[in-house]
Amino acid sequence: MIYWQLFLAFFIPGILGYGGGPASIPLVENEVVKRYEWMTVQEFGEVLAIGNSLPGPIATKLAGYIGYEIGGVFGSVVSVFASVAPSLILMLFLGSILYKYKNSAKVKRLTLFVQPVIAILLGVMAWKFFLESYVGIGFWQTILIAGISYLLIEKWKVHPAFVIFAAIVYGGFML
Amino acid sequence: MRTQWNIFMAFFRSGMLGFGGGPASIPLIQKEVVEKYNWMTEEEFGDMLAIANTLPGPIATKLAGYVGYRISGFTGMLNGVFASIFPTIILMILLLTSLSSFRDFDWVQGMTAAVVPVVGMMMAVLTWGFVKKAGKGFGWEKAIIIGGILFIALQILHIHPGIIIAVLLIIALTLRDKPHVRNSGGGKS
Repeated sequence: MIYWQLFLAFFIPGILGYGGGPASIPLVENEVVKRYEWMTVQEFGEVLAIGNSLPGPIATKLAGYIGYEIGGVFGSVVSVFASVAPSLILMLFLGSILYKYKNSAKVKRLTLFVQPVIAILLGVMAWKFFLESYVGIGFWQTILIAGISYLLIEKWKVHPAFVIFAAIVYGGFML
Repeated sequence: MRTQWNIFMAFFRSGMLGFGGGPASIPLIQKEVVEKYNWMTEEEFGDMLAIANTLPGPIATKLAGYVGYRISGFTGMLNGVFASIFPTIILMILLLTSLSSFRDFDWVQGMTAAVVPVVGMMMAVLTWGFVKKAGKGFGWEKAIIIGGILFIALQILHIHPGIIIAVLLIIALTLRDKPHVRNSGGGKS
């Protein structure tokens, strides 16, 4: 039963997340936090933070870890399979068909039409993280940490792993 | 055997060095597949990428599976996917389980609290990327209207995103081909 739920929880984001793994993050959150309540927003945020600071595809890291947390090694295998296999099978079978129509407006529209949904889901998630942080550590700490990490990552191109590590150290001493 | 080893190394390297999720590892995969092992031409790789982008799901594993399959069938496919995801999943499990065994200490809670705004910021940046893409694709006015309708459907009416995406995909496929879509039908879901 739990394995079937794990399968669905990662199958749905995998099959609906147009735009690679990052697009499926809010969809995974929707299943894991909202629907099955396996984790709180904060726990999911921690998993995401560690996931972002490690290399490799994000969707499978989430599936692998959350699957393991909920259903052990077999749960991990089921979750990873659910997130990888459907889209890979589509790729192998539909690849040649899509290739023929790759310039058709319909095929191009597929990705575009999903874009706004992902944007809203991601935006809501960002909002929830800020809200969570505001409740936990207050307004000024939140603004300070978010602002500095924005400058470091986006402006000065510091690697996210270092920034997250720095935040962890700061939090360990100051909060 | 040699081929399998090469497939493994190609996707192991691009997986372990690609920080920032699958899309970040695309140029690394291209380097291995096109430049190092000459499994595909530049053009073939581009076509494969375009197709992979129109399909849902994680991009890195689609590429690994497809390239592996083309080079040595089913085994190659399994090998490629395994090499690109397995090492990082193990790292992830090790790090998080060791972190959570210290969870009850105050200073660990401080640590995780400080990470939350960083994640929020990264999500916000990612959001802005998708907003820009939607704005360019639809035109800003239309994108804002569509966004508003979708926001109500998702956050106020609490319709499952899967249903909304399915409806949008059907609209995308049934609309007549014209460069400018007149009726974009935001989300009458």
